[in-house]
Amino acid sequence: MEYFVQQLINGVTLGSIYGLIAIGYTMVYGIIGMINFAHGDVFMIGAFIALISLLILGSLGLTFIPLALLIVLIVSMLLSSVYGWTVERVAYRPLRGSFRLAPLISAIGMSIFLQNYVQIAQGARVKPIQPVVNGGIVVMESPNFVVTLSYMQILIVLTTLALMAGFSYLIAKTALGRQQRACEQDRRMASLLGINVDRTISLTFVMGAALASVAGMMFVLYYGVIDFFIGFLAGVKAFTAAVLGGIGSMPGAMLGGLLIGLIETFWSAYFTIEYKDVAAFSILVLVLIFLPTGLLGKPEIEKV
Amino acid sequence: MATHVRTAEGSLDLPAILKDCLMTGLVVFALAAPIIGLRTIDTPGGLGIDYRFDDVAFAVLAGIVGRFLLNLYWAYGGRRRPKAKTEEIAGGRAGAFMKKVGLYGGPAAILFAIAMPMLPFADRYTLDVAILVLTYIMLGWGLNIVVGLAGLLDLGYVAFYAVGAYSYALIAAHFDWSFWVCLPLAGLFAAFFGVILGFPVLRLRGDYLAIVTLGFGEIIRVVLLNWYEFTGGPDGVSGVPRPSLFGLEFARSSSDGPTFHQFFGLEFSSLHRIVFLYYVILALALITNFVTLRLRKLPIGRAWEALREDEIACRSLGINPTNTKLTAFAIGAMFGGFAGSFFATRQGFISPESFTFIESAVILAIVVLGGMGSQIGVVIAAIFLIGGTEVFRDLEQYRMLAFGGAMVLIMIWKPRGLLAHREPTLRLPPSRKPEAAPLAGGAS
Repeated sequence: MEYFVQQLINGVTLGSIYGLIAIGYTMVYGIIGMINFAHGDVFMIGAFIALISLLILGSLGLTFIPLALLIVLIVSMLLSSVYGWTVERVAYRPLRGSFRLAPLISAIGMSIFLQNYVQIAQGARVKPIQPVVNGGIVVMESPNFVVTLSYMQILIVLTTLALMAGFSYLIAKTALGRQQRACEQDRRMASLLGINVDRTISLTFVMGAALASVAGMMFVLYYGVIDFFIGFLAGVKAFTAAVLGGIGSMPGAMLGGLLIGLIETFWSAYFTIEYKDVAAFSILVLVLIFLPTGLLGKPEIEKV
Repeated sequence: MATHVRTAEGSLDLPAILKDCLMTGLVVFALAAPIIGLRTIDTPGGLGIDYRFDDVAFAVLAGIVGRFLLNLYWAYGGRRRPKAKTEEIAGGRAGAFMKKVGLYGGPAAILFAIAMPMLPFADRYTLDVAILVLTYIMLGWGLNIVVGLAGLLDLGYVAFYAVGAYSYALIAAHFDWSFWVCLPLAGLFAAFFGVILGFPVLRLRGDYLAIVTLGFGEIIRVVLLNWYEFTGGPDGVSGVPRPSLFGLEFARSSSDGPTFHQFFGLEFSSLHRIVFLYYVILALALITNFVTLRLRKLPIGRAWEALREDEIACRSLGINPTNTKLTAFAIGAMFGGFAGSFFATRQGFISPESFTFIESAVILAIVVLGGMGSQIGVVIAAIFLIGGTEVFRDLEQYRMLAFGGAMVLIMIWKPRGLLAHREPTLRLPPSRKPEAAPLAGGAS
C-alpha cells in the first residue's frame, strides 16, 4: 500500500511534466494540423536554459531559492519562446499550403538540427546539478517503507496547475484565445474577419514553447541531470499523451499526460524498468487503433 | 513577405531593410546567447560556465549579413513568380534534364559500378566506402518506395534493417544456414514485421504514421538491447558467417572443400572477399531498383503514386488505401531486410548500436534530399552524404547538424526534393491542328 501511494505521487509528478509538453503539441496540432516534431527539442532547450541560468545565479551568489527559481522560470520561458517563434518562422511558415509531407519532414529536420546544435554548443556529456529544492513531507509511514512527498514534487504539481489555470483562462476568456479558437475552426474565415492568422499561429508556438520550457526546468530540478537527447523520448511520450487525451483538446492533453506518467511509473514499479519506453509506445499504437479520437477529442471529419 | 524591401516608388527601401536586419540580429542574439555563449563545462566542483561571447558576436554578425543578403535577393533576384502548373507536374526543364540523365547516365553509372573493382584506384579503402555507399543507396531505394512513391513518412525504417540483420545473424548462429538461404528469409521476416506494424496504423493519417513508425523503431532497438538471452543484448551477435560463392569460401584454407582461390587457381588475396561483397551489394541494389521501376508501371505502383497525391480521390475510385499502402510498406521493409542481412554478413558483428534513430534519419535525408520518387536522386544524395562524410571525417560532429538544416532548407526551396520530378503517367496527345487554337475565339 505504501509502495503504491509512493508510485502514485511519482506518477502524478511525471505526468505533470508530460502534460505541460503535451499542451504544446495539442495546440499546434489544433491550429495548423501538423505534428511539431521539434517540440520535444524545444523542451530540451528550455531545460538547458534553465540549467544555465541556475548556474549563473548560483555563481552570482543568489541564495534565496524562491526568487532564484522565479527568475529562472521567467528567463527560460522568455528565451525558449524565442526558439519556438524562430522554429515556426523558419521551418513551418514558408511551407504553409505546400506538399503534404513537406512540413513534417521540415519538422524532423528541425528536430535533428536542434539536437545537434545543442550537442555541439554544450557538449555531448550529461549535465548533472546539485538538488536545489530539498526535503519533503512524510505522508505515510510503515516499518519498512516511508512515503515521502518531496517539496520539489509539490512545486511541480502546483506550478503545473497554476499554468494550466492561467492558460485555460487565456484560451477561454481573452481576445487572443478567441482568435486562436477561431483560427482553429476556420483559418480563412478568421482572416476574412480581420484576425492576423500568421500572428496567432506564431503566438501559439510561443505559448507552447513557454510551457515546454517550464516542463524542461522542472525536469532539470527533479531529475538533476540532462543531456541533449532528452527531448526525443520526452517528446514522443508527450505526443502519446496528447493523442491519448484527444489531440486538439487542452484538458485532454493534461489528462493524457497524467495517465502516461502514471502508466509509466507503475509499469516500472511493478513490471520491468527496461521496457518502460516500450509501454508508452504500445499505448500510442493501441490508442490510435481503438480510440483514434482520444479520450476527450472530437471526431475528425474529412472534408473534400 | 518581401514587400518591405521596396518603397512605394520602387527604389530600395534601405531603412526598412536595415531595421529588418537589426531585428534578425536581436533574435539571433537571444537564440545564441544562452546556448552558444554560455557553455556548461565540468569543473572539479560540479558544473561551471565557460563564457564565449566571441562566438555569439560571430553568430549575430552572420545572422545580420545573411538577412541582408536575403533582402537583396528578394529585391533583385527573387521575384515570387507563380509557378506554372505544367512545370509543377512535368518537372519542367529540370525534369526533362533528369530524364535525359536517367536515360544515358543510368546505364553509364551501372557500367562504371560494374567495372569499378577492376580500375587501378580501387584499393581496399575505396571498395569499403563504395560498399557502404551502395548499402545506403539500396536502403534509400527501399525507403523511396514507402516515402517517395506511396507518400508514407516512415521514421523507423531502420527497424526493418535491424530485423533483417538479426534474422540472418541469429539463424546462422543457431541453425548454421548459409547466407544465400537466409537472405530471402530475412527479407520475408522484415516484410512480415512491416505488415504487422502497418496493418493497424496504415489506416491512420500520415502524421500519426510517422510517429508510430518512430516508436516502432525504438521498440525494436529496446527489445534487441534488453532481450539478452535471445539477441545478446548490448554485446550483439558476433561471428556472423561470411557469404560464399556457390559453396566456395573466401578464406586461405577451409576444412570443407576448396576455397575460392584454390578452385580458380589464384593467389590468395583478402581483396577477393571485398570485391565479392561489392558485387553482392551492387546486385542487390540493382535488383531493388529494377523491381521498383517495374512496380511503378504496374497498377499497384500507379495506385501508390495516386494515393500519395490524393487519398480521398483514390478511395472514391475504388482503391483500397489500407491494402495498397500495406504492399508499399511491406515491399519497402523487405528491401530493408535484405540490406540488413547484407550488413550483418559484411560486418561479421552486429549490435543494437548500429540501428539507432540517427540511421533512420540519414536514410530519410538521402531520400528527401535526392528527391522523393527519384531513383537517380537517391544515388546522387547517397554518394554526397555518405561518401562525403567519409572524406570529411574531421567534420563528423557537424554531419547531423548539416543534415537537419539541409532537410529544412530543401523543403522550403523544393518541397519534393532536389531532383524529384513527377512523370505524368498519361499525357494527352498534342492537338492535331495546333493552328486551330488561337483562332478558336474569333471563329465562334
